[in-house]
Amino acid sequence: MESQQHRTDREVVLDVQHLSISFGDNHVLRDFNLQLYRGENLVVLGKSGSGKSVLIKCIIGLLKPDHGQIRVLGQDVIGMSKEELDRMRTRVGFLFQSNALYDSMTVRENLEFPLRRHGRDKSHSEVEALVMEALTNVGLPHTVDLMPSELSGGMRKRVALARTMILKPEIMLYDEPTTGLDPVTSREINDLILKVQQIYKTSSIIISHDMSSVFQTSNRIAVLIDGRCSAEGNYDQLTRNTDPAVQGFFQ
Amino acid sequence: MKLPLGTRNTLAEIGDISRFTARFFREWGGPRFEVQEFFRQCYMIGNRSLGLVGITGFILGLVMTIQSRPTMAQFGAEDWIPSMVSVSIIREIGPVVIALICAGKIGSGIGAELGSMKVTEQIDAMEVSGTNPFKYLVVTRVWATTFMVPLLVIFADVVAMYGSYLAVNIRGDTSLALFTQQFVDILAFSDVLPAFIKTFFFGFAIGIIGCYKGYTSNKGTEGVGLAANSAVVVASLMVFILDLLAVQITDLLGLT
Repeated sequence: MESQQHRTDREVVLDVQHLSISFGDNHVLRDFNLQLYRGENLVVLGKSGSGKSVLIKCIIGLLKPDHGQIRVLGQDVIGMSKEELDRMRTRVGFLFQSNALYDSMTVRENLEFPLRRHGRDKSHSEVEALVMEALTNVGLPHTVDLMPSELSGGMRKRVALARTMILKPEIMLYDEPTTGLDPVTSREINDLILKVQQIYKTSSIIISHDMSSVFQTSNRIAVLIDGRCSAEGNYDQLTRNTDPAVQGFFQ
Repeated sequence: MKLPLGTRNTLAEIGDISRFTARFFREWGGPRFEVQEFFRQCYMIGNRSLGLVGITGFILGLVMTIQSRPTMAQFGAEDWIPSMVSVSIIREIGPVVIALICAGKIGSGIGAELGSMKVTEQIDAMEVSGTNPFKYLVVTRVWATTFMVPLLVIFADVVAMYGSYLAVNIRGDTSLALFTQQFVDILAFSDVLPAFIKTFFFGFAIGIIGCYKGYTSNKGTEGVGLAANSAVVVASLMVFILDLLAVQITDLLGLT
């Protein structure tokens, strides 16, 4: 029902056109096209090593594609200077597959880290309030003074999400958010992704191959096979797809 | 003519390290220098190595003295033991041995730390949150080792003197005042200064190679171990190469 709602206002916030990237002879993405509309959760589905992570690393500017165009919130990412990239990255959040929490810092310092650059005008108490707000939203306010090594896998994922959400991005990129988590924790993370969508009104790209997570979180799905977007639609539409490569995911 | 693969890889590695060093000099200071992180690294690198460096220095002085006694005794020159040990340790053995110990402790530590940060995408995460990871991680660590290794060497030299004093008193009887006078009197400016200057280069090499190995380590947990291991090997080798150069230059300048 929610997906129906989003279809009525189709403002494109992220537009990928003819994206190609290869590493040596390995052509990871060839002529890949994708649009993300405001407020929707778009799942990019694909096998391991099919270039899903490469796609979102291109979007955030960590990798440079060989060809193609990426427009994020109306701006071209590929020609951006360092300063422009930094500014764009305050509006686009990235949740890393391995969480990427800084081992040598406490949870609080981890959360304050993005504010070093982008929140320098904020006072100490404002920063503290932001940290606690972000941690409360993921249900972990009591962990603020712990080290990442003292947290469980699911808790680390949530802290990483809180760190990303502290800048209140308009677009979220999730890199395999439930990989390596047990089914119960996975469901909690999926609930959080939906909660983030509601509270912060974010548009998200979720990279995944965990079908229960896809079912729970997706408004729309794009299937990435052989470097191209080979099918697109919501969960019900794709279960009826006759392409054997697509069917492989939905059986 | 085609070079063997091993040679080509070594040359490529030298090229990469040179480029990495050039990048350090492009980003070495200026705005957004991470002052706080620099001091934290100085504390981590300097303070945490004090014990190891102290023990090494002490044993160095002790052993040098015990070992040189028989030879010196043959010439009836036991009085000269403090002076001889002093010159050997201050000019050469102190800086090199301590630099090697630091290459083992600090170089491997930096290599493993940055290597694991790379593998777990922490370096990417810094980049994404608007902090230049090269400035935050590499520049601060390289400056910290450059300034801390010389201080550690001076500390070790002093501890080595006490080690030597103890060793002299195993067989003989010398007062600390006389021993210290003999130990220090022999030293000329031309003994101390070149030895002091070269320790900065040792520190710089240890930092830059540890950072290079960690920062450019390949994906995967295996890469972390490899980064730590090769950081120690290459940094130790660099210490010897720099020492060779330093000795030649001092010799050419006539500071002998």
